[in-house]
Amino acid sequence: MVIIFYLVAALAILAALNVILQRTPVYSALSLIVVLCALAVVYLLLDAQFMAVIQVIVYAGAIMVLFVLVIMLLNAGREEPVDRSRLARWLGVPLIVALLAEMLFVIWRQFPPASTTSAVGVDGGPSAIGHLLFESYVLPFEVTSILILVAVVGAVVLAKKQV
Amino acid sequence: MVPLSHYLALSAILFALGVAGFLIRRNVITIFMCIELMLNAVNLAFIAFARHLGRADGQILVFFVIVVAAAEAAVGLAIIIALYRNHESLSIDDLDSMKL
Repeated sequence: MVIIFYLVAALAILAALNVILQRTPVYSALSLIVVLCALAVVYLLLDAQFMAVIQVIVYAGAIMVLFVLVIMLLNAGREEPVDRSRLARWLGVPLIVALLAEMLFVIWRQFPPASTTSAVGVDGGPSAIGHLLFESYVLPFEVTSILILVAVVGAVVLAKKQV
Repeated sequence: MVPLSHYLALSAILFALGVAGFLIRRNVITIFMCIELMLNAVNLAFIAFARHLGRADGQILVFFVIVVAAAEAAVGLAIIIALYRNHESLSIDDLDSMKL
């Protein structure tokens, strides 16, 4: 279990690096699918079986197919390297590293690795999630359907010929 | 047993990589994919906390985040198609018509 987590975490980080370093969007999309599947494995390790399945079906399946479709539709090729400002290059990377260091610092101080072992466990199967979703969270669930309806109408209007 | 902080550290690293990609990439579609990367980092934190606290509520939140991400992807990609139709370009540097 522990070994699997570290292997999958390393895979996710490498694939995420590949997402942001590739210049061709379709390679980024394929790397992102690797990240999503690796995260699905992590969800399985965290007792979230239903979310792992949803992650693969909805995220890696539906959403990424949409991305790849648009990349092919628009024939998005290699992006040309632009030499913008020197400031961005010298300030951007340290700022990202600072952001990461801040987040890691807070995590380590709030939840020291030695004291917090996540041994509690939770039932993340479809039946438990379904009970929670249709009992405590039924109103947000219904609101979500309106959101999706609006999104469908919006997508059709935006992608129409004359905008 | 993997401690909670290692899951959160993975989440933080993925989030930082998403922010970095959002800032360094010039292609609108890749920038959009970096947003998805950040959303997934947040989802991982939610699920790690759900396990840590012993309540499945965090997983319900992830469910809603995935639904909103799907809606966002549909609308966002439609916007990208409309932008490409009007500007013939996917580079963020060419899409500056709202700049003063």
